Amino acid sequence: MARILSAFVIGLIFGTGILVSGMGNPAKVLNFFDLAGTWDPSLAFVMGGALLVTAIGYRVVLTKPEPVLEGSFLLPARRDLDLKLIGGSAVFGIGWGMAGFCPGGLVPVLGLGMAEPALTAVSIVAGMLAARWTSRIALKKQPAGA
Amino acid sequence: MTDFTPLQSLTGGMLIGLAAVALMMMHGRIAGISGIVNGLLTLQLNKDWAWRAAFLAGMILSPLILLVATGRLPDIQIPVAAPLLAVGGFLIGIGVTLGSGCTSGHGVCGMSRLSKRSIAATLTFMVTAVITVFVIRHTLGG
Repeated sequence: MARILSAFVIGLIFGTGILVSGMGNPAKVLNFFDLAGTWDPSLAFVMGGALLVTAIGYRVVLTKPEPVLEGSFLLPARRDLDLKLIGGSAVFGIGWGMAGFCPGGLVPVLGLGMAEPALTAVSIVAGMLAARWTSRIALKKQPAGA
Repeated sequence: MTDFTPLQSLTGGMLIGLAAVALMMMHGRIAGISGIVNGLLTLQLNKDWAWRAAFLAGMILSPLILLVATGRLPDIQIPVAAPLLAVGGFLIGIGVTLGSGCTSGHGVCGMSRLSKRSIAATLTFMVTAVITVFVIRHTLGG
């Protein structure tokens, strides 16, 4: 119960941050990317504020032996750059530039009950399932240990 | 045109950072939204399912916080036609799954840990997003 309540409250804070920052507003997001047109640099401040707090906060928190509600910290350990990471990120950027929503920007907006965000969300989930399905097939075709 | 809102955007960004730190402190997990959603798309109800669902429920209900605090709902303008939203959304879903993260996971959490993978991912999706908007707005005349 503590886990659920804690995650819910943290989600509320995260979502409020998204809405206050403008990350949930595609008009603003697309203008941030439109360097040659109606450029709106606001979102650089979102990234700046988030990075500042997270970089300092992580430094403090990760000195503790374990998180408050779980047994251990779960951090990605990989350090290599591969084609999947770069190619996937490139495709994500193309989609973001088309729709103006990123996953984090979209979720709080879903609460407003508009049709376009719902359509975008369904499409994102479809893309996630498609990617998972195709990489499962690729895994099966690959000989073991390759 | 959209208004330049440095103070609001900085405040919002700091709230996002605060939530990312809180999730690490309480749950020991990275606040990557695509990863959290991807983790929910499973038929196995593992122990991580509950906090992920609760986190997303909090995010979806966050407009209420704004309504209570300011008396109005956030102003969302979507200058994108439905087919573009659908195709863009599909590409986002594929991209974040193959690329193991999005703006929150790579851009905020990973970059603040100085993860080489996250820095490379963030630079990549920022550049392709800028190119995509340039192509749509300035060469296709959208």
